Amino acid sequence: MKIIKTCLTAVISSMMIFSPMAYADKWSDQFPHIKATGDIPGDCSYEKMSKKNYKGKTLKINTHAIPVMGEPTALHAEQFEKLTGGTVEVTHTPAGDLYSKAMVPFQAGQAPYDVVFGFSNFINDWKRYLAPVPKKYMNSPEMKDVTKSHMGVSSWDGTMYQYPVDGDRHYLKYRKDVIDNPEMQKKYKAETGKDLKVPTTWKEYGEMAKFFNGWDWDGDGELEYGSAEVMKKDDLMFAAFFSRSVAYAKNPRTPGGFFFDLETMKPNINNPGFVEALTDWVEATKYVPPGGTNFGLGDEIGSFGGGQTLFSFSWDDAFIAAMQDDSPIKNKVGAAPLPGANKVWNRVSNSWENQYNQAPYIVWGWAVGVAKKSKVKDMAFDYLCFFSNGANHQADLAIGRFGVNPFKNSDFDPKIYINSMGWDPEIANSYTKTLLDMEKSNNRVFPLRVPGVFEFTSAVATGTSKALAGQLSPQEALDEVAKEWEAIVGRVGKKAVQDAYAVGVKMEDNKL
Amino acid sequence: MNFKHKYFFLFPGLFVLIGILIFPIIFVVRLSLSGWNSYNPGLDYIGLENYIRLFTDDPRFWESFFRLSFLSVTTVILQYVIGFALAHMVWKDIKFKRFFRVLFLVPMMTTPVIMTVIWRTFFHESLGPVNDMLSVFGVAPKWLTDPVIAKFTVIIVEVWQWTPFMFLLLLAGLLSLPKEPFLAAAIDGASPVRKFIYVTFPLMAPISIGAIIIRLIEASKIMDTVYVLTSGGPGTSTETSSFYIFIKGLREFQMGYAASMSFTYLIIMIISLTIIAKVLTKLLLKE
Repeated sequence: MKIIKTCLTAVISSMMIFSPMAYADKWSDQFPHIKATGDIPGDCSYEKMSKKNYKGKTLKINTHAIPVMGEPTALHAEQFEKLTGGTVEVTHTPAGDLYSKAMVPFQAGQAPYDVVFGFSNFINDWKRYLAPVPKKYMNSPEMKDVTKSHMGVSSWDGTMYQYPVDGDRHYLKYRKDVIDNPEMQKKYKAETGKDLKVPTTWKEYGEMAKFFNGWDWDGDGELEYGSAEVMKKDDLMFAAFFSRSVAYAKNPRTPGGFFFDLETMKPNINNPGFVEALTDWVEATKYVPPGGTNFGLGDEIGSFGGGQTLFSFSWDDAFIAAMQDDSPIKNKVGAAPLPGANKVWNRVSNSWENQYNQAPYIVWGWAVGVAKKSKVKDMAFDYLCFFSNGANHQADLAIGRFGVNPFKNSDFDPKIYINSMGWDPEIANSYTKTLLDMEKSNNRVFPLRVPGVFEFTSAVATGTSKALAGQLSPQEALDEVAKEWEAIVGRVGKKAVQDAYAVGVKMEDNKL
Repeated sequence: MNFKHKYFFLFPGLFVLIGILIFPIIFVVRLSLSGWNSYNPGLDYIGLENYIRLFTDDPRFWESFFRLSFLSVTTVILQYVIGFALAHMVWKDIKFKRFFRVLFLVPMMTTPVIMTVIWRTFFHESLGPVNDMLSVFGVAPKWLTDPVIAKFTVIIVEVWQWTPFMFLLLLAGLLSLPKEPFLAAAIDGASPVRKFIYVTFPLMAPISIGAIIIRLIEASKIMDTVYVLTSGGPGTSTETSSFYIFIKGLREFQMGYAASMSFTYLIIMIISLTIIAKVLTKLLLKE
């Protein structure tokens, strides 16, 4: 009897211990996308979703074009259909039209899409048309795992309108095999008298990029270049400009607004900090690959991810692309915080402070909401919860073209990248440390999220692109942007912009 | 005979005309008098505010308009010259005439956006085949990143895409010409050049005017090529009126202001194309 009891206990114990594995086998056989982890238990796991029944219901989604975000949307829609019996119709739209494709019917009082994908900085314009994320999801363990920054980015003054599916920030990517190469270090020292190391200022970045521009430094028979950056007008270039500006213009000793002075709503965009950043950027046109001043995000990902340049900075995608199995530079790249500067503008005293400054830019990223007028809200939120469940999220993180980046605290465990993606431990550690340090920083800049945000960012894109093209000097270009920003504030209404901007400033000043 | 029943047959067509032509224009005019934007949706009434802003505080619109004028006039002239040459070539009895007639039409039958993406790949300055081939000769033009060259890149793509349309119209014109004037010229011993200058060209004048006007109307709406190829850059050097209106309307969501620009643009185009048509008629049909 004792033997039987012992055997039974052993069988039951082993079943309990290996039960997640049993799920993993069951679901990953059916859905190969999650073969690395299998199903991961949670509120919206494959197991839980399979118990839902949405037969006869149709969910309509407007998302980005394939592959970035469009491909995972379609993939998870197909999986969701199989699990729940519902129908999911996915429409793909170019990035530039995501805003208007949702906004036109929203303003006309219609809801042709139940789920709308866009960017997190749309939140101010979209929030009145979106349903807040229900408490059920807010209290789920998956949501509790989302970082504080990304909870903030998805919410407006404490209410979450955008379901977190992606986490974005800009950071520096560099060719580790070059920067850490003793021969290259010797050559650089001999020719410049300076040390070759991961750049900590934009000036160092520029010097190194210029040195490594236009010659075959990796011996592959092709010319390589200094830096790949998003410089194409209207193709997210304004975000690249802000990444270069934070070092010079985000001063931790002058709270109260990075983009505007919150009290007066006078734009800061043409102060010497921003002008210095634009001057650096104009200089950068000399060390980008041929045609680099017309690079959009896709070109930047392809250029750095394909091994064409020494440096790059923007979203995770170029780094993930470089670390994919099919990349020629897998395990040859490194991640580091955005470069800083040896001086920072003090907009209160109107003078430069000659001390080192670095500020992370928690740039806006992919965001998704459920239309207030949707008739299938439960299904829509379940879909989004399923989209970002543990298994899907980990599998999506490993595919650069998906555009899904870390936004959960558990994503900062380097083991994920070492074990399931084959990353070199040192690189995985530097990657997760870079992202984690940004979360911990007290000098962060968040995206501008005010009414009519597109008018503001479009003005920045136009002004900075004129400077990059040599049509205007950096000061003239930013003076033009400042004038346009003042006009936009006047049109939208100072109070409306100020109230909205105050929420972002609270986040930047660590008060929210 | 009572003709009242004719109205019964006219009304359906009239309704369709009002629905698809008159109503949108009236709506655009009404929209242009409103401040509709992303934060203030709706047809409020702000009078002529948008028009005042356009005429007093928006040099970018006027710059884009003059840039458009340059691009459309240049492309249409090139399309006319090349189209006429090609049509003249296959009008004659040459070998593989039918093959060439179809071949010259191929660019027009392709989708403009897709073809522009392909052209953009061709002209990509570090990965594209054009500079790869030109590097043999030690040159690497900045097709898309030099403010001046980028304009000519747009012109090349437009000319490639739409010359076949000009070719088709002019070939149809050539095929419909009477034979007698050419016989008379041959009897008089006119050389091919004189025959072209004094017979073919004057006879083709009415068709040429029509073809040029049609293409000018189309070319003045140039948008997809600019959108895909350069996004109006570098800087604003390839930004055209329609692209600028698109940015203001559908990117920045300034619907009211974009409507005022659209309506102003429509008026300018009606006036300028009428003048161009009159001038061309006077020049080419003076005899």
